[in-house]
Amino acid sequence: MGREPARKTPEQLLREVEAAESADQKGHLKIFLGYASGVGKSFRMLDEARRRRERGQDVVVGAVQPRLRPEEESLLQNLEMVPLVASGGGTAVDVEALLRRHPSVCFIDGLAYNNPPGSRNPTRWQDVAELVSSGIKVITSINIQYVSELGEQIEPLTGKHVDQTVPVAFIRSADEIEIIDAPPEQPLGHSAEEQANATERARRLSSLRELALILAADVVDHQLNEYLDSHGVQQSFGAHERILVCITPRANAREMIETARLMSARFHGELIVAYVRQSPISAADQAALDEKLEAARAAGARIAILEGEDPVQAILDFANAGGITQLFIGHSQRSGFWPNLWGNPVDKLLRGSQGMDVRVFPQ
Amino acid sequence: MADQRRGSLKIYMGYAAGVGKTYQMLEEAQELRARGLDVVVGYFEPHARKDTIAKTDGLELIPRKQIEYRGSVFEEMDTDAILARNPAICAVDEFPHTNVPGSQRAKRWEDVQILLDAGISVITTMNIQHLESLNDQVRHITGVRVRETIPDWVVQQAGEVVMVDLTPRALLHRLARGVIYSREKAEQAMNNFFRESTLVALRELALRETAHEVVQRSATAVLPPRPGENALLSNVRHKLLILVTPSSSSAMVIRRARRVADFLGAECFAVTVQPSGDLKELPAADRESVERHLNFARNLHIETRILEGAEVATALVNFARRNQITQIFLARPRGNRWSLPLFSRDLVQRIVNIARDMQIVIVAERQPVDHA
Repeated sequence: MGREPARKTPEQLLREVEAAESADQKGHLKIFLGYASGVGKSFRMLDEARRRRERGQDVVVGAVQPRLRPEEESLLQNLEMVPLVASGGGTAVDVEALLRRHPSVCFIDGLAYNNPPGSRNPTRWQDVAELVSSGIKVITSINIQYVSELGEQIEPLTGKHVDQTVPVAFIRSADEIEIIDAPPEQPLGHSAEEQANATERARRLSSLRELALILAADVVDHQLNEYLDSHGVQQSFGAHERILVCITPRANAREMIETARLMSARFHGELIVAYVRQSPISAADQAALDEKLEAARAAGARIAILEGEDPVQAILDFANAGGITQLFIGHSQRSGFWPNLWGNPVDKLLRGSQGMDVRVFPQ
Repeated sequence: MADQRRGSLKIYMGYAAGVGKTYQMLEEAQELRARGLDVVVGYFEPHARKDTIAKTDGLELIPRKQIEYRGSVFEEMDTDAILARNPAICAVDEFPHTNVPGSQRAKRWEDVQILLDAGISVITTMNIQHLESLNDQVRHITGVRVRETIPDWVVQQAGEVVMVDLTPRALLHRLARGVIYSREKAEQAMNNFFRESTLVALRELALRETAHEVVQRSATAVLPPRPGENALLSNVRHKLLILVTPSSSSAMVIRRARRVADFLGAECFAVTVQPSGDLKELPAADRESVERHLNFARNLHIETRILEGAEVATALVNFARRNQITQIFLARPRGNRWSLPLFSRDLVQRIVNIARDMQIVIVAERQPVDHA
């Protein structure tokens, strides 16, 4: 701290943000993310279209959902539409017409559609990608159950197989994401069976909500890191828990990895297991190490093999650069395996680490 | 006869002023009223926002109570009037608000407890930065020490926590157009919470916290072990122990341990070690600090104890062993990077050396980030 931040008026700040936005030739992608149908994504989108139009922006609607509610219909009345185009027995977003019209903002409600055979692109998200890369700001919506990579987790919850999906990488590439966390309209039930169904439904919806909130948080985290990189900020904000487990061949890795896995699951955090290469180590140590790294992989950890003459410094450099919030070290690192030449490892880790908890494990 | 069950609590969670919490709360109040439920507005903060004020149309507003303090008149929620009116549901804005001195209760969340106890359901609003256990992380992100905090257990009482989301960019638009604050306040706000990077980080915190609150309330919270996962280790019941000292870093340790305990579903204790077994022999300033920290821990529903022992490390570890503690939480030794004070450094070292049968967590000092 110590530096007085330059005073800016809201207008100045907004001008800067918008200048950065328009300097960006690739357009802009904003996604509304919901966790179930009926949470009001369409209304939120069309309402944003209305507000932007009222502010004088050049707004076009490129797609709406097949069924609209009366309040959504009435919002649509005052908006310019480029209707879907018939294509190979179905309909698709009229990319050609939209590119010709080239509005500054285009609304596409519903991102997860496969286009009929013979269309310009196989899927709608590729249509959107094309519009974005032509410099149009696209605002679109998706329900969490249509994210490809989450299918395995979500199908047991919804009992439905979906084959019209969007890759998570495309969601992550969004410049902005907004989650619609409003509870869906609840059907009222009175009989015991209806109550049980309602409870089961609530449980499923909770799991979907959790997945959607975490996906949104991951996108936001990605944006934050980009922002920090582009502004040369070295420090991490620590909004996302990142656990670094430092193992050695003789560490009690089982408890360390299991605790780290539990913590990262509960905190929705990230799990990284690091080993500082030591040379040479005995065949027995190597085998023990390999087994531990395998256990780490099985627990879903990312593995980092670090190099450095001073192992403690190698860990510190890695942890400080990677926004680690919790550092796990084993008992053998209290003394023993690492050369004492470098001083007491715990002491050194405490002195050199910033903004992270240090957790020392028993043997 | 009146329903004697406790009212239910619902929280609209945001990450900054202006994301639309009050609006959503009032919208829900309108919907409940349309469904024929008996809803009143116990307190709402108009902030001169037209859209928000319009949302109160047709809702019954309980007049605020006027309280005089040092020659000025302040307005607070009139809890007694709400109790007398006894609605089914009451909308209460700004859950973390501190009442003006002279009010019956210090905090609005305490007033809400009274309403809930009387069987009135409450819908309310708060920002993530007011959650007690995140206080140090929020300071780390914003540089601001938030004083109006809500203990985590109060939020855990809520039947539902809903995230009110808006992108920081959209929020800045609202701010610039003067929808949120009056002009001079807006310029002031720009300098702390309303930096884009700060907003993004707070938003991430709010999203993750809401996800956590969802999981806590879901029947799926107890997950079966995944393949490759050790069922025995996963089922270890963790017990956390906090060492309280006069140092101000004790508060950070208490918050962090409280948070970890909540996420692990673990029990949590806080102790201080004194040769005489009480605080009488401490210098007045130290005694006051230790008492304040122990009191703080109790307010967060952490059981506290004063241990008797001439040597801190030994007494602490013995207590831990007797009580099947699995994790000890300590403050980081204070001092500059290369010359830590000998006493606290040795204390951490000694505990690490003798407590070889449990996990020792040395909690970070989360200093404010230097914004670019």
